[in-house]
Amino acid sequence: MAGISWFKFSAPASFYPLAGRLIPWFAALAALLTVAGLYIGFLVAPTDYQQGESYRIIFIHVPAAWMAMFTYCVMAGWCAASLIWNTRLSAMMAQSLAPTGAMFAFVSLWTGAFWGRPTWGTYWVWDARLTSTLILFFLYLGYIALRAAIDDPRRADRASALLALVGVVNVPIIYFSVKWWNTLHQGATVSMTAAPKMAQTMLAAMLIMSFAAWFYTIAVALHRVRSIILEREAHADWVQELRNGRQG
Amino acid sequence: MNRSASTIAVEPVTIGVIQAMRWACARDLLLAFRSKSELALIVVFFVLVTSLFPLGVSPDAKLLERIAPGIAWVAALLASLLSLPRLFALDHADGTLEQLVLGPAPLASMVSGKVLAHWLANGLPLVLLSPVAGVQFGMQPEAIATLTASLLLGTPTLSWLGAIGAALTLGTRTGSALLALLVLPLAVPILIFGAGAAESVATGLGAEAHLSLLGAGLIASWVLGPFATALAVRIAYE
Repeated sequence: MAGISWFKFSAPASFYPLAGRLIPWFAALAALLTVAGLYIGFLVAPTDYQQGESYRIIFIHVPAAWMAMFTYCVMAGWCAASLIWNTRLSAMMAQSLAPTGAMFAFVSLWTGAFWGRPTWGTYWVWDARLTSTLILFFLYLGYIALRAAIDDPRRADRASALLALVGVVNVPIIYFSVKWWNTLHQGATVSMTAAPKMAQTMLAAMLIMSFAAWFYTIAVALHRVRSIILEREAHADWVQELRNGRQG
Repeated sequence: MNRSASTIAVEPVTIGVIQAMRWACARDLLLAFRSKSELALIVVFFVLVTSLFPLGVSPDAKLLERIAPGIAWVAALLASLLSLPRLFALDHADGTLEQLVLGPAPLASMVSGKVLAHWLANGLPLVLLSPVAGVQFGMQPEAIATLTASLLLGTPTLSWLGAIGAALTLGTRTGSALLALLVLPLAVPILIFGAGAAESVATGLGAEAHLSLLGAGLIASWVLGPFATALAVRIAYE
């Protein structure tokens, strides 16, 4: 292990080709798992005896909600790394994750509303999880807006990193404060400690879809970070060489 | 004393943490009281916003009594947001803030003094005024006392959250709207516990849990806030 330089790929110049090689694998995995997950979820899984067919939206809703929360934590991790080691690539990774996280937060709110209408009889309730997901969505928007408002990329890196860290400290506080405030949302159906209360096929489809969302996020983030690298390292020799190589 | 140039030792200027904080607080308070009309504006804003709710919702006394704590808290939140840009922007514009960053005094205690002054000038008047709003909405005396206590514990935390946001948005083009987007989501727990305190008194549950959580937030913000805000100010000068 000692022979491997773990920081080799923290340089944008060496990470760029690595990301390029990894993207097709993650994209293919995401596509395969999506097809498999949706097939099992929509065609194989039994109809729920209480909720009918409308429950099938959870195969998108739950993975999206998980990914929205998970992506924020990963993003905050990259932000911490960028503040601690002052590495450019960490900040670029955080920047590339934010739009996908915001997208998943929005998707989980949107699908939740469409599931809530037939099931609870209303599109929106001021319930703990809905409200905290909405606030998570605003945290993403704030992060993106702060980045966009600062012209100097290095300052934008550090300012938005600090914001993400303040946010990630606040996320559990927000979650519990909203939870004690009001709760209508059903308790978590899937938990690590208790036996799942749902059919095996449903659980399988949901987990497959979660992995699909996960690999999709990785593929998209890597693709986006490649663009960010090219944009921000445009002055670097290796980018110039890459461009000349493309043209020649 | 006949010393050659090479042996002159520059005596390091040492300024204590408390000393720096007291200085920054006194300076900002002095500046705040030189422009009394701006201070009055915040108070007028608070009264105006709370008075708009009965007009917009309904003059029904029962309903107003029920939603009064929430109204007072939302108004306080908006009022504190209104005064935030002044916390660092003026010092940023005339270069004072840069001198504070470069100076020998610990920046964390400097910003602590500034935030304390900001709270004394903008937060405390709202706390003192909140019983009036409570009476205006026909709240019970115990509920009014709890509302005041919750504002007393909660508004300094709001000042800290706002200070981080204000420092992060220094010199950006989309100043105040961006500040609202950054600060308001983070202030949600304070709003919930603050408004919940008076409500739980009204429903007979007792407000200790809410007030304890607000106090915990206050302590946490005073411990973490100075360092986060100082870092944010430093980032603005990179």
